[in-house]
Amino acid sequence: MPRSRRRWPAGLRRAIPVLAALFLLAPLPAYAVSDDVILADTPPRQLSAFGFFDDLAAQKPAEGVIPFRLNTPLFSDGALKDRFVYLPAGKAAAHDATEAFDFPVGSALIKTFSFPADYREPDKDIRRIETRVLLRHADGWQAWAYLWNSEQTDAALKIAGATVPVSTVTAGGTPLDFAYSVPNKNQCKACHALDNAIVPLGPKARNLNGPFPYASGEENQLAHWAAAGILAGAPPPAEAPAVPDWRDETAPLDARARAWLDVNCAHCHRAEGPASNSGLFLTFGEKDPVRYGVRKRPVAAGKGAGANEFDILPGEPDDSILVYRVRSVEPGVMMPELGRHLADPDAVALLRAWIAAMDD
Amino acid sequence: MHLRLRHLLLPALLLSAASALAAEVAVEAGDGATERLVEALIMAKPGDTIAIGAGRFELKEGLSLQVDDVRVKGAGPDATVLSFAGQTGSGEGLLVTSNRVVLEDFAVEDPKGDGIKSKGSDQITFRNLRVVWTGGPKESNGAYGVYPVSSQHVLIDGVTVSGASDAGIYVGQSQDIVVRNSRAEYNVAGIEIENSARADVYRNVATHNAGGILVFDLPNLPVQGGHDIRVFDNDVVDNDTGNFAPKGNTVAMVPKGMGIMVMANRNVHVFGNRLSGNGTAHVLIAAYPNEYEDADYMFVPRGVYVHDNEYGAGGNAPDGEVGKIISDISGTPVPDIVWDGVTRIPEYFSWVRPENRVYVSEPKATFINLKMISQMLLPWGWWPDRDASGYAGSLPEPAPVKLPQDSGA
Repeated sequence: MPRSRRRWPAGLRRAIPVLAALFLLAPLPAYAVSDDVILADTPPRQLSAFGFFDDLAAQKPAEGVIPFRLNTPLFSDGALKDRFVYLPAGKAAAHDATEAFDFPVGSALIKTFSFPADYREPDKDIRRIETRVLLRHADGWQAWAYLWNSEQTDAALKIAGATVPVSTVTAGGTPLDFAYSVPNKNQCKACHALDNAIVPLGPKARNLNGPFPYASGEENQLAHWAAAGILAGAPPPAEAPAVPDWRDETAPLDARARAWLDVNCAHCHRAEGPASNSGLFLTFGEKDPVRYGVRKRPVAAGKGAGANEFDILPGEPDDSILVYRVRSVEPGVMMPELGRHLADPDAVALLRAWIAAMDD
Repeated sequence: MHLRLRHLLLPALLLSAASALAAEVAVEAGDGATERLVEALIMAKPGDTIAIGAGRFELKEGLSLQVDDVRVKGAGPDATVLSFAGQTGSGEGLLVTSNRVVLEDFAVEDPKGDGIKSKGSDQITFRNLRVVWTGGPKESNGAYGVYPVSSQHVLIDGVTVSGASDAGIYVGQSQDIVVRNSRAEYNVAGIEIENSARADVYRNVATHNAGGILVFDLPNLPVQGGHDIRVFDNDVVDNDTGNFAPKGNTVAMVPKGMGIMVMANRNVHVFGNRLSGNGTAHVLIAAYPNEYEDADYMFVPRGVYVHDNEYGAGGNAPDGEVGKIISDISGTPVPDIVWDGVTRIPEYFSWVRPENRVYVSEPKATFINLKMISQMLLPWGWWPDRDASGYAGSLPEPAPVKLPQDSGA
């Protein structure tokens, strides 16, 4: 820098301190996202106030807001999900091999839930229902839900939850009408809780370790995050843990089923989670077959047990409580307890195949 | 509707940062009542009382409270009714996950899953509540009425539960527990203390359940090794409802007509209770009967002391598989106190340490040790033992449970 300055015209040389001062006075950072809004004591009334999107209605993210996907996502009544992560300029999340990354204060995770008018054309006529945000404050994460207006131009803070009628057509061509639940603030924590503190669930290394079609081309997400400077301490993707896409029939059946259970169940069913008292632990890393349900008797299942004696009876999916509860849509029986009103027949088929293949 | 709610909520949110004063938040029945109740529980601040007015509140979703130091108070267990008959989500009616919470003077009706649950709470009080499935005993009813789990310092006082398809009052994986002055009827189990330490269960009525009062310890759970339980001064009478638990649940093995049952556990004292009209047996002491894989689990009861209870008629109608196993050996009527006699094999061939033995001091009662371990090991050379004098002795009684929220009692 000092060497090259010598070649600049004298007038410009004199102007440099002035220009530097002007630059320092300019607002930092250059992102459209408002760090002040993210860190405010109370959340804004409208989603637009965060500045996460250049085009909110189109979900076109602002600079510094990075879209991501998960290898195996949570089933939420078939909602389409757009996920984004934002970190304050110059900050990085710390990699963790098993838990969600440790995000710096001021980070935000954004997830928009939408339904297409017809799943046979899932990219057309998409109706956005809600956008959930997780905001990393100094004293922990804050969880809020924003309900989209009927004009689909913005979304409004919704603390007490909402029920939204959804009309669509399934991939099989059957009309489907149901009541979708936007969670209330307490219900957010019913899943996003680890040792009774709010935590993110999705952004774990094993579930991000896969490709994403970025504007710049397809790239592994862990590699992209590291290159973008928002993830520190990550090993190369080949050395990082990974779960498969549960729909990927080329992946091992056991890994697909365990990935599905990890994402759909293990936020509660783990030693540090809201369902710890069940003793049924469904994290991807759980190695003890009894703990992940094999010949494990129910403790507090009540009618959720159906007529079955074990969570998983090897070789007998139809005598396994796990299948019974994932298949059910009856409150008090169905699992997960929150976040769905419909069953996912493909997931039921996967779990049935997994249990059927288990050696007795 | 969401416009109005937003206007209600935002000022409340802004106030919450500024105001640390305890307040009474009144939620009256009427238009928008359920939304106002959900909102009040979410927005509660430490020290607040949520006062729910008289009337019926029809809830579509489960309620939850996550704020410490809150009192949720109704206008009386017959006046303030939270009905979950139309519930479409959540595993329970009301879930509390915070500390120093008092729930009192209201009713929960027809929850799809459990009634009122606390998970991981310290100093949780359930007082003068009613949890009822209004259709009577049905397999499709929820499992537990009042359900503190993984909690500390639990007070259940003056609660009535009816219709639970597992246990009316169930305390699981918890420590320092008082259950008193409560009534459990028409449940599968009236009152159950499971995998818990230091519990006093007294002055309750358990009637018309399948089983009256159960003290269990089960394997493969994060907290096990339940111990120091006192069950005293209860009326355990006429438990005569057929077991309607969904098959597969541990409680489904409890026969109709079980009075007080101790399964596994350590240092359990059963005394001063009044038992009558229990058709299978008034008191059963038993090992965990199922196969399990758990190196840390003790499947036989360790140290049980039964003394000075009053026994009326009973044992005349032994029910189910358990009733048959007992009565095939004992005949009918089944004696007042039944021990399955299961010990660990090494102990069978040597001796059982005094603190691990079963003691019975009931001069007026009948007794049988089924000696089921001998039955298995010596199928042609065993006989049950009906002489209680061989089980004389006593165990030091645990100190009364003291709860910080119960200092005035």
